[in-house]
Parts: sequence; C-alpha cells; structure tokens
Amino acid sequence: MRTKKLTSLALVSALALMLSYVEFLLPPIYAAVPGIKVGLPNIVILFVLYKYGVKEAAAVSGVRMLLSTLFFGNPVMLIYSLAGAALSLAFMCLFKRINLFSEVGVSIIGGVMHNLGQILVAMVLLETAEIAYYMLVLAISGTLAGVFIGIAGALLMKQFNKC
Amino acid sequence: MKNKTRNDIILAGILLLLAAAGFLLFTMLKSEGDIAAVIIDGKEVSRYPLDAELKTVITTESGVNTLVIKDGVVYISEADCPDGICVDHAPIKHVGETIVCLPHKLVIKIESKKTEMSLDAAA
Repeated sequence: MRTKKLTSLALVSALALMLSYVEFLLPPIYAAVPGIKVGLPNIVILFVLYKYGVKEAAAVSGVRMLLSTLFFGNPVMLIYSLAGAALSLAFMCLFKRINLFSEVGVSIIGGVMHNLGQILVAMVLLETAEIAYYMLVLAISGTLAGVFIGIAGALLMKQFNKC
Repeated sequence: MKNKTRNDIILAGILLLLAAAGFLLFTMLKSEGDIAAVIIDGKEVSRYPLDAELKTVITTESGVNTLVIKDGVVYISEADCPDGICVDHAPIKHVGETIVCLPHKLVIKIESKKTEMSLDAAA
C-alpha cells in the first residue's frame, strides 16, 4: 500500500509538472497584468488534497514547484510561487475542512489566495504598496480560473472513483 | 450537495463584488500624474517629469531596462530580463500606476507633484 501511494504521488507530481509546462507554453492571457493564469497544475493539487490529504498535496506542490523552476522558470520567481502555493493550499485545506463548499468553491479560494500570496511577496520585496491594485484584476481572474479548475478537478475525481 | 453549490456561487459572487468595488474606488481616485519615479530594490534612484520626452537606459544589478517617456505616458521599450513582462506592460500615466520588473527588482511609479505639495503643506 505504501509503495502504491508513493508511486501514485510520483505519477501525479510528473503530471503536475507537465501541466506547468503546458501553461508555460501558453501566451500570456492579458499582458498588462502579469500573473493571470489558469493554474492548470492546481487540478492535480486539488485532486491530491481530496484523495490523500494536505501533507501529500503540499509534497506534490513542492516537488512540482522546484522542478518547474529548474526546468523552465527563473529562481527569482521561486519565492513568489512558494508564497502563492502555500497560502493557496492552506486556504483550500481550511475551506475543505469547514465542509461548506464543493470542489469548485475550494478551488476558487485556492486560485484567489495564490494570487494574493504572490502580491503580498511582491509588496514586501519591492517595498511598493501600489501594486496591490493588481489584486483587483487578479481576484476576478483567480475566481474564474478557480471555477474552471474546480469543475475539471471534480470531473477527474468522479472518473477516477469509477475506475 | 445543492447547498455546497449555492455556497460556491455566493463565494464567487462576494469575491467578484469586492473586486468590482475596488475598481470603482480606483477609477474614482485616479488622476494623471506628472512624475515618473524609478525605484530599484526599494530605493528611489531618479525622477523624470512626464511633460518632456525621454529615452534612458536604467542599469540595475541584474540587467538593463530602457525607459521611454513620450506624449505624457511611460513605458519600457526594451529590457534584458528573462520574462519581458515590463516590456509587454501597457503604458502608464495615472498616479499610483506602476510597471514592475520583478527579475531586476525595478519599479517605475507615477507620482504627482501636486498631491505631494499639498501633503507637505498640510504637514
């Protein structure tokens, strides 16, 4: 059972990494505000969070981040990814636990908190409070991305449970 | 299950409403600025007036960005940063708007002489 879990987690980590690459290849959705993304790898993180738990989701998320930074990111961005992913996962775990929301709601808060985490780091690192206004656009794009990812993730889980 | 879907919609609605309220506030407070401040690693290094045309190369520890001021708007025409997000950024001219180059720790910020003076006067 341990081996099976280890293999599954390794497999989904590779899948998350591939999705990062697919997203990296996509052109920016709206260049004026960087950070607008669908967040494809979050489908995998959401799946692991529901199927296994928060520890496993954090592990997969961390592995994906490190590898995608090594392969096609740049090191400066790692701290942004880290803050975004950590805040996102913390809130997704919380929202899943209070049991008031479906996968879609959990994914929405995950998307928005990912953006919020990155903006907070940018505000601290650049010592500029003004970029907070990006958050307005990102709150909208994060919500929409969260809806999409949530629906995709819920579908995936439904199919997976059938197998 | 139905309740959860309803809650999802409420959550999305609240987030979108908050963003819309923020936008409204920002557009109401928006005014055209007259100074572009260049901030590298949190420290302001230079200020340029928006009414004069300018093309200058900003050198940071990590690389160079070419700043252009033309017709009262500010933009980055060239940069050697890996992502090029600052170059893709739309020109800015309103107080508080910024162009950020994360890899170079560079921020271009629009400021206003008037508000600063009135703040000084108040203080």
